[in-house]
Amino acid sequence: MTYVLDQKELDAIEGILEEDFMDIGVRCVFLIDMAGNVVASQDSGKMKHDIYSLAALAAGNFGAVSTMAKIIGEDEFSLLFHKGKKESIHFSKVMKEFLLISIFDEDVSLGFLRLKVAEAIDEITGILGHQLSP
Amino acid sequence: MAFVNLKKKEVQVKIVYYGPGRGGKTTNLEYIYNKFNDRIKTEMIAIKTQGDRTLFFDFLPFEMGKIKGYDVKIQLYTVPGQVKYNATRRLVLRGVDGVVFVADSMKVRKKSNMLSVKNLQENLSTYKKSIFKIPLVFQYNKRDLAGDGIPLLSYETMEKDLNSRLKVPSFEASALQGDSVVKTLKKIITLTMAALEKEFK
Repeated sequence: MTYVLDQKELDAIEGILEEDFMDIGVRCVFLIDMAGNVVASQDSGKMKHDIYSLAALAAGNFGAVSTMAKIIGEDEFSLLFHKGKKESIHFSKVMKEFLLISIFDEDVSLGFLRLKVAEAIDEITGILGHQLSP
Repeated sequence: MAFVNLKKKEVQVKIVYYGPGRGGKTTNLEYIYNKFNDRIKTEMIAIKTQGDRTLFFDFLPFEMGKIKGYDVKIQLYTVPGQVKYNATRRLVLRGVDGVVFVADSMKVRKKSNMLSVKNLQENLSTYKKSIFKIPLVFQYNKRDLAGDGIPLLSYETMEKDLNSRLKVPSFEASALQGDSVVKTLKKIITLTMAALEKEFK
């Protein structure tokens, strides 16, 4: 299955990522699909991460954790969070086929980030909803 | 699941190297990585065990250049070949656009090649994909071992064992020496891009 996003849709998604995340000090945020493709990304410019590798690993990681969830009788763990000394990563599922990943440092509160993630997911779902069934 | 980005005029495509353990999937990617160093901007990623076996996958993003005005980004993956890692193997197949099946030409590996093709078929079907429809290329690897006196399966035998019903392109290769590695890659890219184009029409 192939899916196509046009300029308008991608502009809208990038706009959401910028407004919701860059403004609160998140270093890097990107939307990927479960195959590991990068759909959209925003970077504060402070850190140049290799997002294509991160996307492949994140999709694999999320897939592994979802399978673990099924083994213990959960439908899924919809949210993942890895804490580092300086940088942390937050993963959240967007519909069935996408993942929103944010990388942030200790200046950003996790609670606030989660709030922003929830808002962004709603908005992104509105845009991607017609592309793929939720 | 290929993704077409109309804004950046970019297509991202996922190609997976599949096959039995110790067959040379990672070696294929390592050869490509070394050969096309100038086109690959990142390190090759390998999630492996201490014994250097693939645990989850290897990953290599590869810039193809432009096709019909679109920048084509090929994401190459390998799966872990060992039988016990089927759960992770299945995960890597998610959203796959094309498959290279790396078969081991050694006579003693005849059965594991056949089982691995069957396993590919089963795992693809969990994503509602058919082995008969997905772009697929066979690579009969380790042909160089003939020179070391190691008994190998003949090309005809391998065709009969693995490719008699699928009838897809196949190559004799040596991933270690680089023979037909690029040929295999080019073929799967051509088939995959043709399939994508057809999907769009």
